[in-house]
Amino acid sequence: MGKPAGNPTTTTTRTRNAKITWRLSLMVVGMFGFGFALVPLYDLLCEVTGLGGKTGGAYAYEPANTRPDTTRLISVNFTTNTNAGMPWEFWAENGGMRVHPGELRQMNFFMRNTTRRRMIAQAVPSVVPARAAEYFHKTECFCFEQQVLEPGELLEMPMRFIIDRRLPKNVQSVSLSYELFDVTYLEADDLVAGHEGHQE
Amino acid sequence: MSDIIDTRQEFTQDFDHDAHHDVQPDRGIVRWLLTTNHKDIGTLYLWFSFLMLLIGGSLALVIRTELFEPGLQFIEPAFFNQMTTNHGLIMVFGAIMPAFVGLANWLLPMMVGAPDMALPRMNNLSFWILPFAFGLLISTLFMEGGGPNFGWTFYAPLSTTYAPDTVTYFILSIHMMGASSIMGSINIIATILNMRAPGMTLMKMPLFVWTWLITAYLLLAVMPVLAGLVTMMLFDIHFGTSFFNAAGGGDPVMFQHIFWFFGHPEVYIMILPAFGIVSQIIPTFARKPLFGYDSMVYATASIAFLSFTVWAHHMFTVGMPLAGQLFFMYATLLIAVPTGVKVFNWVSTMWRGAMTFETPMLFSIAFVVLFTIGGFSGLMLAIAPADYQYHDTYFVVAHFHYVLVPGALFSIIAAVYYWLPKWCGRMYDESLGKLHFWLSFIGVNVTFFPQHFSGLAGMPRRIPDYALQFADFNMVSSIGAFVFGFSQLLFLYVVIKTIKSGEPATGRVWEGAHGLEWTLPSPAPYHTFTHPPRVVDAEAHS
Repeated sequence: MGKPAGNPTTTTTRTRNAKITWRLSLMVVGMFGFGFALVPLYDLLCEVTGLGGKTGGAYAYEPANTRPDTTRLISVNFTTNTNAGMPWEFWAENGGMRVHPGELRQMNFFMRNTTRRRMIAQAVPSVVPARAAEYFHKTECFCFEQQVLEPGELLEMPMRFIIDRRLPKNVQSVSLSYELFDVTYLEADDLVAGHEGHQE
Repeated sequence: MSDIIDTRQEFTQDFDHDAHHDVQPDRGIVRWLLTTNHKDIGTLYLWFSFLMLLIGGSLALVIRTELFEPGLQFIEPAFFNQMTTNHGLIMVFGAIMPAFVGLANWLLPMMVGAPDMALPRMNNLSFWILPFAFGLLISTLFMEGGGPNFGWTFYAPLSTTYAPDTVTYFILSIHMMGASSIMGSINIIATILNMRAPGMTLMKMPLFVWTWLITAYLLLAVMPVLAGLVTMMLFDIHFGTSFFNAAGGGDPVMFQHIFWFFGHPEVYIMILPAFGIVSQIIPTFARKPLFGYDSMVYATASIAFLSFTVWAHHMFTVGMPLAGQLFFMYATLLIAVPTGVKVFNWVSTMWRGAMTFETPMLFSIAFVVLFTIGGFSGLMLAIAPADYQYHDTYFVVAHFHYVLVPGALFSIIAAVYYWLPKWCGRMYDESLGKLHFWLSFIGVNVTFFPQHFSGLAGMPRRIPDYALQFADFNMVSSIGAFVFGFSQLLFLYVVIKTIKSGEPATGRVWEGAHGLEWTLPSPAPYHTFTHPPRVVDAEAHS
């Protein structure tokens, strides 16, 4: 910080002011970037810790590693919800099952477009308790992609999963919840633009 | 230092306008539009923030009118939401922050012995952005669909997926306020670090200068993050991204983390300059130097540093691992230590002092007492398991109003009474000042103290209607709000009366005042310290 200079009309003070202004501006730009860097950092933190019950993407099935642990039985529950304003029907074939850790199992889910228009949906999974999230592996899930359904169409979707053998001993029950969102509007801008172009 | 009212020689160079620096201000509106003078810009900031105080206060009175009795009487719930949102935004960004910047403009150059701010033209720009930013924000209230209605914290998806169309104007106005604050902060840091008179070392600076230096760094660190946040909102709303949209893979909880990463340092931005102000005023009227100057500086820096590590205490209820809750709880409780050091030092400064109770001192003592009450309710809220009950209730409303109204706002009012004679060369009317103090003091407590009780009993915040058992507390609260609100018109009257017809003030103004600004004549000439003054120990810190 050096010695105070005082008079602003002198060239040294002007140079020093310009220098500090640039330095502080750099800090501003850096912090603006940091704000955006928080997004991937947050996702990384959630993935590592399973915070918020986020589950990972498609799990590579390795038969060698998946010898079932028959000494434990974990109760797995499934719940399905539709977000506000989402008119589709969405259900699991069964409310729950008991599985051995390391065992590949399947549950069928269904969704039906009850409206008279083509719609797009996205299911978002969440696991409770959150610390079980990183041990809940899905080899196949409809939540990995969006579903496009014509009016009245019914879709049956198998979801295959393995509970990791390393699941903490004190977890006896795991709930997997799916929330179904209407994401038609995310595509709507393109559709509207295409439609207008068509008219012309 | 023992001989306080000595006849120490005042600095006399360049005070007469016949000297070479006789540039006088332009006449009329042009003076204010084009001015680069720190005193003019300080005045603009202060009047602007007072206007915002009245507008934000009017919105608060609309809220309190509706809450006077249970049931919906006067306004629709949708409009009520716009009132709470805009009251918060206008008070935080329009009243408190610009008032502190105005005080910084007026006082920093005079306190460090500089002729002006380091970057006078940028100074003009950072002020003149503000009327446009707030004009834009307030105009949304009159647009179709109404103004922002999602709370001043504008949590997504309420402020994205479910927001009124005017949210885009809101985003733009936040960007403008941010740009203004950032430019103001750069200016303040450059002034403090580069423009000090010879001999004004860092540890001799008045505490108001110190607290503003640290505040300016806080602003530079978090205002860009806020800008990033509203930019993400803009992209979610208009460009199909999904930062906060769960359907597209985003996370609404992330919004809260980023917001409070900005928001918690922001609350210290609104209180650190207040700490500086009362650290100037209390020694003057206790006629003793500030107790523990060094520890005040270190405590301020510690609070600023810790403010980056506690943000999630605003969101204990979103669902967090136990380790996270414990970390944020302990880090928050830790802030009580440097804050306690400050309160201890203020009390010790008054201890066995030759105290008198002029209006600035009354507001400062009220600050110490009532801010401490707000601090204690903050400690209650910091305890994670207890917070589950207090979260989003009127207890939170009571807490942050105790730290912001008798905290930040009282310090600003105290500063105006304290330095007004220096600014305009005339003394305010002491009896009217005291009347203003007592009306404000009683009004603020009658308004906010009952809100602790209604909050603990379970009354949620941000609602236009409530269960019958809260009726009495709310009626008392509303009466207090009207007393407090209208007594600020008395403040306006006192200030105008002072400017128009107050008794002439001396240069020193207060017999116990120390600091370079008091070595200048009253009113302070348009240009001061064009040659750096000699800094003597008696005029250095406090």
